[in-house]
Amino acid sequence: MPKQLNHYLLLIINIFVVFTLAAQAEVIHQEKSLYRNILVEDNGDLRCLKFNVKSTKSQQSCFYKSQPHKLVFNYTKLLMSGLLLNPEPKRILIIGLGGGTMSNTLAQLFPNTHIDNVEIDDAVIKVARRYFGFYENEWVKSYNQDGRIFIKRALLKKQSYDWIILDAFNGDYIPEHLLTREFLQETKSLLSENGILTANTFSLSELYAHESATYKAVFGDFYQVRNLINSNRIILVTRNGFISRAKQSKILKQLVTKLQKYDVDIKLLYRNMTLTQQHQDWPDNTRLLTDQFSPANLLNVN
Amino acid sequence: MGIELLAGRILAPFFGSSVHIWGSIITVFMLSLSLGYLLGGKLSTRSASLSHYGIIFIISSITLLPIATLSQTLMETIFIVIEDSRYGSLAASMALFFIPTVILGMLSPYSVRLLVKESSQSGQVAGKLYFISTLGSALGTIITSFYLVLWFDINLIIYSFCLLLACLGLFAIIWARSQQLSNLASNHA
Repeated sequence: MPKQLNHYLLLIINIFVVFTLAAQAEVIHQEKSLYRNILVEDNGDLRCLKFNVKSTKSQQSCFYKSQPHKLVFNYTKLLMSGLLLNPEPKRILIIGLGGGTMSNTLAQLFPNTHIDNVEIDDAVIKVARRYFGFYENEWVKSYNQDGRIFIKRALLKKQSYDWIILDAFNGDYIPEHLLTREFLQETKSLLSENGILTANTFSLSELYAHESATYKAVFGDFYQVRNLINSNRIILVTRNGFISRAKQSKILKQLVTKLQKYDVDIKLLYRNMTLTQQHQDWPDNTRLLTDQFSPANLLNVN
Repeated sequence: MGIELLAGRILAPFFGSSVHIWGSIITVFMLSLSLGYLLGGKLSTRSASLSHYGIIFIISSITLLPIATLSQTLMETIFIVIEDSRYGSLAASMALFFIPTVILGMLSPYSVRLLVKESSQSGQVAGKLYFISTLGSALGTIITSFYLVLWFDINLIIYSFCLLLACLGLFAIIWARSQQLSNLASNHA
């Protein structure tokens, strides 16, 4: 009898071991860049870019090798809500490349749109090209530069963008100079007449209130887009106010089929957009982040 | 060191937060400190006195002021003239921090001159001074980066540093005067 039990136990342990091994991701690339550790992991069909540590928390960008156009992350899907306010952007600026999935998706959606990607870490650009199929052509470009400098130089060259996507805040270290009132003012001036800005932001820490207050101070009331599944929040603002909900719902109808392929449920996003005018969830007297005061990393504790 | 830490913050809006920013800042601080040590040593050979020491403090506080008042215009100009953010940040660090750091660097050898009475003690005095100034740097670093930036605007922190230096300078001058007076008094007696 004890022998049999032993057998069963061994069998259970064996099964357990086999399963955990199968579930464990395989690191296919690892490097130390100037700014961080970069890891590329394969987990079955899913390939992910990670910074610094091997935890799911540090995932920067993922895609399914068999269906590369499908957006995996919630927040990348949330960013698509920008299209409800500006369905035909001609010039797009993305600050923070990650695996380049956002750029690839937008390039597919809008083949005749200029897309400029700005990434501070050259190693990330190389990894995106090599492992995530990030592609560049005459329309899609990438620049190895600090986001703030790129925006300042673009302003000097009198350029403008219809859609600016701020997605530089996924790592452990937050670039504090990309959260300040002065930076947002510069970004606002870089928007075209009906230009929009979507920003992936901090939704859990003390920084939430400071960041929200700063956006409101520069842009006025804004849309917050959430997905109920997890705690991501996207800030959606424009240079010159919002188009009406009626117009948005008209655009929505055109977008539904267009975005299905990318696994983006735009109807859900439309329903989950709230205007801060009606619903402000931070105290009015929150201190703004400025170039003089931006201890973002110290505030970003849960 | 407090100022050096703030330097990163001050430059970031124009030159980013890339690695080369810190390269520029540390290079300029090391260069100007080394020159300051040399100049301070030289100066201490010419009738060194506590009141001159106080004057160096006051000058250092005055030369720190432009970091708060002029930095925006200065960095804007440099940003437009120099496209490469490496050389841009180097030029901006030079323009903002070179002079005050040279003057702050002068204080160390000058202190040695004032404190050493006999050559046999010089090693011990220098050791104590190194101890105090490096410990002070450590404290300045941790207090500024952990707390001051969480509570105050950068400019306010810089003005406070200026005020502190000016007060120390005034204190040294007043102290020197009162000693002169008491010396005179004892000579007359």
